[in-house]
Amino acid sequence: MRLALAATCIGDAMFPQAPRAVVTLLERLGHEVVFPPAQACCGQMHVNTGYLAEAVPVVQNHVRTFAPVADGEWDAVVVPSGSCTGSIRHQQAMVLERAGLRAEARTATAVAERTYELSELLVDVLGVTDVGAWFPHRVTYHPTCHSLRMLGVGDKPERLLRAVEGLELAPLAEAEGCCGFGGTFSLKNSDTSTAMLADKVANVVDTGAEVVTAGDWSCLMHIGGGLSRGGTGVRPMHLAEILASTRESPVVPGAGQAVAR
Amino acid sequence: MSTFLGMPAAREGAGPSPQAAPGTLSGIGRPEDPLHWGASFPDAAKAALENGQLRRNLGKATSTIRTKRARVVGEVPDWEALRDAGSAVKTDVLARLPELLEELERNVTARGGVVHWARDAVEANRIVADLVRAKGADEVVKVKSMATQEIGLNEALAEEGIAAVETDLAELIVQLADDMPSHILVPAIHRNRTEIRDIFLERMADAPPDLTDVPRELAMAARSHLRRKFLSAKVAISGANFAVADTGTLAVVESEGNGRMCLTLPETLITVMGIEKLIPTFDDLEVFLQLLPRSSTGERMNPYTSMWTGVTPGDGPQEFHLVLLDNGRTKVLADEAGRSALHCIRCSACLNVCPVYERVGGHAYGSVYPGPIGAILTPQLTGEKSDLPYASTLCGACYEVCPVKIDIPSILVELRAREVSLSGASPETADRVWKAAMKAASFAMADGGRFRRAARVPRLLRAISRNGVIRRLPFPGSLWTRSRDLMEPPQQTFHDWWAEREERR
Ligand code: SF4
Repeated sequence: MRLALAATCIGDAMFPQAPRAVVTLLERLGHEVVFPPAQACCGQMHVNTGYLAEAVPVVQNHVRTFAPVADGEWDAVVVPSGSCTGSIRHQQAMVLERAGLRAEARTATAVAERTYELSELLVDVLGVTDVGAWFPHRVTYHPTCHSLRMLGVGDKPERLLRAVEGLELAPLAEAEGCCGFGGTFSLKNSDTSTAMLADKVANVVDTGAEVVTAGDWSCLMHIGGGLSRGGTGVRPMHLAEILASTRESPVVPGAGQAVAR
Repeated sequence: MSTFLGMPAAREGAGPSPQAAPGTLSGIGRPEDPLHWGASFPDAAKAALENGQLRRNLGKATSTIRTKRARVVGEVPDWEALRDAGSAVKTDVLARLPELLEELERNVTARGGVVHWARDAVEANRIVADLVRAKGADEVVKVKSMATQEIGLNEALAEEGIAAVETDLAELIVQLADDMPSHILVPAIHRNRTEIRDIFLERMADAPPDLTDVPRELAMAARSHLRRKFLSAKVAISGANFAVADTGTLAVVESEGNGRMCLTLPETLITVMGIEKLIPTFDDLEVFLQLLPRSSTGERMNPYTSMWTGVTPGDGPQEFHLVLLDNGRTKVLADEAGRSALHCIRCSACLNVCPVYERVGGHAYGSVYPGPIGAILTPQLTGEKSDLPYASTLCGACYEVCPVKIDIPSILVELRAREVSLSGASPETADRVWKAAMKAASFAMADGGRFRRAARVPRLLRAISRNGVIRRLPFPGSLWTRSRDLMEPPQQTFHDWWAEREERR
């Protein structure tokens, strides 16, 4: 398949190891990956903070950039983020509609219908759960709120992880509890956010895992920030990084290194 | 609906609640406007977070009821269909509210009741006070009622020399401590049983002097205190969980039996009800009497369901008044985006699953409506600028459990948009800083080329990182780094990496 990658703004600027891992993984599975360079951000931060007018040009740019998927130029758009996929699916058309941009809102819906979060793409669209990965570490999985509730990815990420050779999946207590990130919530309600994070960090540490993974770098940035401050040694890694790891080209926890060349 | 869910014991060696000042009093007192009081949410939350006892009390109580709710909801094979039905009935009610209210009025009147219409709190309080005075009563018994809390009825009656006695156990505790409720269903959820014993000993004149903190003893002390009140009261005041338009029937569901006492013993019954509490037909009760108890207390069926239709000679209250309260509701109804907040049946499931509520408790919300539903209802009812729409991570747990499917996260986003427009010309520095930041980010994120250049900026922070992390940033970055490290930004953005790879090919 010909797949367009939406790297997400945070993945692009802060954690490029995740979109790079997506490229490695999908190419290994025999697909062609395209990165439309006009992309920037899905607009979620603006929408969720209430800046709908400021979100409009951001959403327009995303929709225009990925519109070719609606015309069949690519088979699908893949996003290594549950919350950005959620925003594309549930918010973009609303933002354009409210701004009176009817036609663009329709395009947004058409793009959204062909846009998938990584675990959805692998399991539902490409029909694979064993991606041939090797990752000999003890890992715990945090189901991020938007993957879990806005998208309903269910146990797809765990099924993918269980199929990874050498990986030991450690159950996380109160897994479905929010980590307290919430985008600008982490700043506007910094104290409450910190209290929620403390509980999440304690539960992650209790698993005895070496790595905590999720489908969203934003939540991982939060949990990872808490794990680091606590001097716990547990490393945050995106699901894509684990799935990209193989015996020939292993990914080392915390190294954040390039995988695709 | 009200029930007492059991009180967590204070940890051994734990001193008196740091919030209590002095003794068992909350220090909150009774605010002027029960819909909107106290400090800003972030500040009130910060204070609450420092209270370790409060966090333990809340954590224990909410997790107990979460587990219970999940279990009994899991037993119902058609739960999702029931939620759809509940939501559909409420949507229908809101679509033809004026017509249904008139139908209710006709049927209540036809069966011997009297209907009063109140535009706001002042009008509603006036109507009730006049009715009580006309009966010559200086004390009334009350079933726990959110509507009367919302309008500050007890305080209004007190000004007229009328004492209103709360008969719900948790509500009585709150009243005795001169406190505010902190939960829709379990108003004293923030108290443990040792605190409750102290409150009874200090403030309930007829409490046994050797009272211990064993739940049964506490319940028995309240019971004998209340029994005397029930038997002497001439007038009772209630809320309503449901009002059936086609029969004129009112319904209150509860778990202690105090409601049943209030609704049957006194000569006069006054019910104060928000105008959205309607359901069209008696058959619709079938849906809600399944949804409500499982969502609220995790019970399969609530212990007491009391219904009354007008008056019946020789049986129960001989005079019945229904006060229909607007108090901002028609304003909410007119707002297409926020309207479904009026679906709410006050089950409190959203509070019990909310990770923010669980940490900070109800008082931080500064309203009789706390938690996720409060965060959308309070600002809509008051129409004032509010920071409550931001008191959420949008995790979606509230929407997942809501028995009438109120999409709380989407409404929160709508209300945030309203807050942004309300703060358009705000002179507050914080508002201006946010606006400027969002505008700048919008410019950078609306074009691939601009973004590619902007995305390189974070790597300048590598200069201050050590061992791959940044431990300290200046304001406003300090809001992050006070409790969390920031991972060192990469040497190369994905955009740049991809371009380089394309060139190599
Ligand atoms: S919003 Fe829904 S979950 Fe929350 S109290 Fe109302 S009915 Fe219950």
